Amino acid sequence: MLKSLLIILMSSVLVNNYVLTKFLGICPFLGVSKKLDQAAGMGAAVTFVMVVSTAVTWPIQTYVLDKYNLGYLQTIVFILVIAALVQFVEIVLKRYVPALHKSLGVYLPLITTNCAVLGVAINNIKDGYGFAESLVSALGCGLGFLLAMVLFAGVRSRLDSKNTPKCFQGLPITLVAASIVAMSFMGFGGVVDKLFA
Amino acid sequence: MKEKTGKLSILLKGLIKENPVFVLVLGTCPTLAVTDSVIRALSMGIAATVVLLCSNMAISALRKVIPDKVRIPAYIVIVAGFVSVVQMLMHAYLPDLFTALGTYLALIVVNCIILGRAEMFASKNTVVDSALDGIGMGLGFTLALFCMGAIRELLGVGTFCGIEIPVLKDFAVSFFTQSPGGFFVFGVLIAIVNKLTKGKVKKHMGCAGCPSRAACHKDACVEEGK
Repeated sequence: MLKSLLIILMSSVLVNNYVLTKFLGICPFLGVSKKLDQAAGMGAAVTFVMVVSTAVTWPIQTYVLDKYNLGYLQTIVFILVIAALVQFVEIVLKRYVPALHKSLGVYLPLITTNCAVLGVAINNIKDGYGFAESLVSALGCGLGFLLAMVLFAGVRSRLDSKNTPKCFQGLPITLVAASIVAMSFMGFGGVVDKLFA
Repeated sequence: MKEKTGKLSILLKGLIKENPVFVLVLGTCPTLAVTDSVIRALSMGIAATVVLLCSNMAISALRKVIPDKVRIPAYIVIVAGFVSVVQMLMHAYLPDLFTALGTYLALIVVNCIILGRAEMFASKNTVVDSALDGIGMGLGFTLALFCMGAIRELLGVGTFCGIEIPVLKDFAVSFFTQSPGGFFVFGVLIAIVNKLTKGKVKKHMGCAGCPSRAACHKDACVEEGK
């Protein structure tokens, strides 16, 4: 049991990284990865919201939608639940944990429409994970996102000081850099299988 | 937004001048994710176009009814409704494509192009204009996905829509169908568009409809607007 959870965690952090192999959450990956502290803050906020939203959407899917044959409402229900949840988390944090709100608060409104959060919630249901597995997978995806953001912020800070052709300046060269980071992540393919074989 | 443009230019601007993907840089996730083959790219483009057309019309028709404060949640519900309709239709009539697109079909809901156009265009214009804008932007999105899909499939597998191309087949570089290839082709295509337009197009428009601008305007949008 523990081993299978560990495999889910490791593979969602490294092998099936949401940003670099599944292309979810590209907007914040490109938008907020310019500075290291912002990238880390965004990554932490996404991880937090992913775990909380999975903890809420999984029971809804299992005990409400599946039970009453309402599976076709999944998309509408999930996006609404996530949007409401993000608002709720923001209010709660502001009231009770102002320090955390101060560091994560800016990123929370961004996350409502982050496709990675909705993607994790839907994929967990699709893969037929149980509750614990879903939570671990959400945590792994969030950590993978955090890892990709932090690594990429490091790469980008070096890009700034380099001379690039004019038409490549800005977004294009960032995408090419992302391509190289994604290539390095491909090296993790098979690592998890070997590790736990 | 230009006020005096004719109906035709509303339709056509989405194709090239304000191409949602290459110029406004919206909807990057599906652009990278489903473009490893032409068929997937095209079907994603068409699905998104249908949703965009319907949601633009619905939002434009309801623009005086929806209170300003709750407009974003209202838009999301409308878009999610149309996405569910498209999902169910595809599941029923095109089950293969439904499986091929997988989660990305549901994720049209959070595609910034759709929310962006709702916020930037449909909430301020008439139903007919919004419908034209939806078709234009949708076709521009489809065109961009098609370019990406064609390049990646030709170079990566050496096929086009599944048909083998003699020489390319022997020199297929699987890099292009994998995830790094997606980033790379997208980056190069944007660079080409930059070169062709010589930076004449104002990029900061992309942020006006971006749902995440509340938190990012200090960073990415400033960079794009310069």
